[in-house]
Amino acid sequence: MADETYPDDLKYHPEHDWARIEGSEATFGITWYAQDALGEVVFYEPPEIGATVSKDSPYAEVESVKAVSDVYAPLSGEVVAVNEALTDNPEQINEDPYGDGWLVRVKLADASEAEALLDVAAYRELLAGD
Amino acid sequence: MESAAALRRTPLYESHLAAGAKLVPFAGWEMPVQYSNGVIAEHRAVRSACGVFDVSHMGEIETEGPSALELLQRLLSNDVAKIEPGGAQYSLLCRDDGGVLDDLFTYRLADDRYLTVTNAANHERDLAWFSDRAEGFDCRVRDRLDAYAMLAVQGPEARAIVLGLTDGELPPRMHTATRVVNGAEALVCGTGYTGEDGVELLVAPDAAPALWKALLAAGATPAGLAARDTLRTEVCFHLYGNDLSVDRNPIEAGLGWCCKEGTGFIGSEAVAEARARGTAEKLAPFVLTERGIPRPGNEVVLQGERVGTVTSGTHSPSLGRGIGMAYVRADLAAPHTEVEIDVRGKPRAGRIESKPLYDPARTDTD
Repeated sequence: MADETYPDDLKYHPEHDWARIEGSEATFGITWYAQDALGEVVFYEPPEIGATVSKDSPYAEVESVKAVSDVYAPLSGEVVAVNEALTDNPEQINEDPYGDGWLVRVKLADASEAEALLDVAAYRELLAGD
Repeated sequence: MESAAALRRTPLYESHLAAGAKLVPFAGWEMPVQYSNGVIAEHRAVRSACGVFDVSHMGEIETEGPSALELLQRLLSNDVAKIEPGGAQYSLLCRDDGGVLDDLFTYRLADDRYLTVTNAANHERDLAWFSDRAEGFDCRVRDRLDAYAMLAVQGPEARAIVLGLTDGELPPRMHTATRVVNGAEALVCGTGYTGEDGVELLVAPDAAPALWKALLAAGATPAGLAARDTLRTEVCFHLYGNDLSVDRNPIEAGLGWCCKEGTGFIGSEAVAEARARGTAEKLAPFVLTERGIPRPGNEVVLQGERVGTVTSGTHSPSLGRGIGMAYVRADLAAPHTEVEIDVRGKPRAGRIESKPLYDPARTDTD
């Protein structure tokens, strides 16, 4: 498994999801904390391309041997790409949660929603309070 | 979450922390669910080499005296008279109506002395059940939970590892013997819950940390509750609270083989009737034939109709697919029946199989 990290360039959602915002699109995934709490991911089924995701609502599930965990959308929009490699290698979510373990790429509905997300300092503060 | 203050800790609590365990509340105990390398690695270690589990949360009841056999024959579903000194036997504890109170291993330690291992969640109820019914029998029922730590050493290399720490031969499968293991007296039992060869060691609590350390040094991998569950599900061993309950009788659970109604045990009439008449549902193992992971509580569906309920369901590390056990309509419980499992609203194709879902012996020769 990866070492505990929280990259500076990401925005964080309190349900332990991250967004990498690039212009009008963003990539989503789950944080190191989320994958560590869940354990080894053995099943992930991506949403369909074209599906609508809504900020603060679950858009997929990740499953470990013991548990099922909802994945929350940090921002609203339309899914334009999914990480197909995770179908056969869901453990990439544990091994590289901010890289090969990305979940979906979304065309954002409202870029201003990002203002409500946490920066890395605020997210670390939230983790420290858990 | 259960309050941490109320949870009991085994003598190996510090050992678990040192091994990087993630601890969770389980049946009133704070137990390791997995260690730092993760459940898949632990599962594979048990299938290919050796894993060690702390199962000190399990309870023990000792029944001793001239009428010990008579009492146990009344309480336990199997024919207790068949246990030779140094023998072991699996059986059920049933109510009058056949409802299952617990599933248990009983070891015959001496001519008139037996040790019965209980599930942690049921220990107090079992103990009360034993004690309340011991009146009039010339024997003593004693709670021995605090007298033992219990370590399950399991896997193809388990016996060699334990033998290296032991002063004599290990008892064969389904037998027990007292030995000196790592310098301390241990009750060595040729039993387990993984489908692999191996032993379970009952030792005094203060001897457990050194034994744990010695087993790890000899090559055993620490394994937690999560791996214990995937391992037992692959070989279709029942888990009390999932696959067994007071609302299920032994026949529908597929445990008629350990019920000997001729002994007159409590519940034997109900079991005999269920055996003769058949049951509406039966516990059946299944695999998913498409991706997905079945979970307890999922419904089993056939042509849009609900025909059963999943009681155990997980991802099988050995098979790389979803597996489980479900109570299904008895006419559908035969192997090869194609069904669907409703996994949180998504139908997943599955097939009823025969036991075990994974056979360690068969796969070794592949």
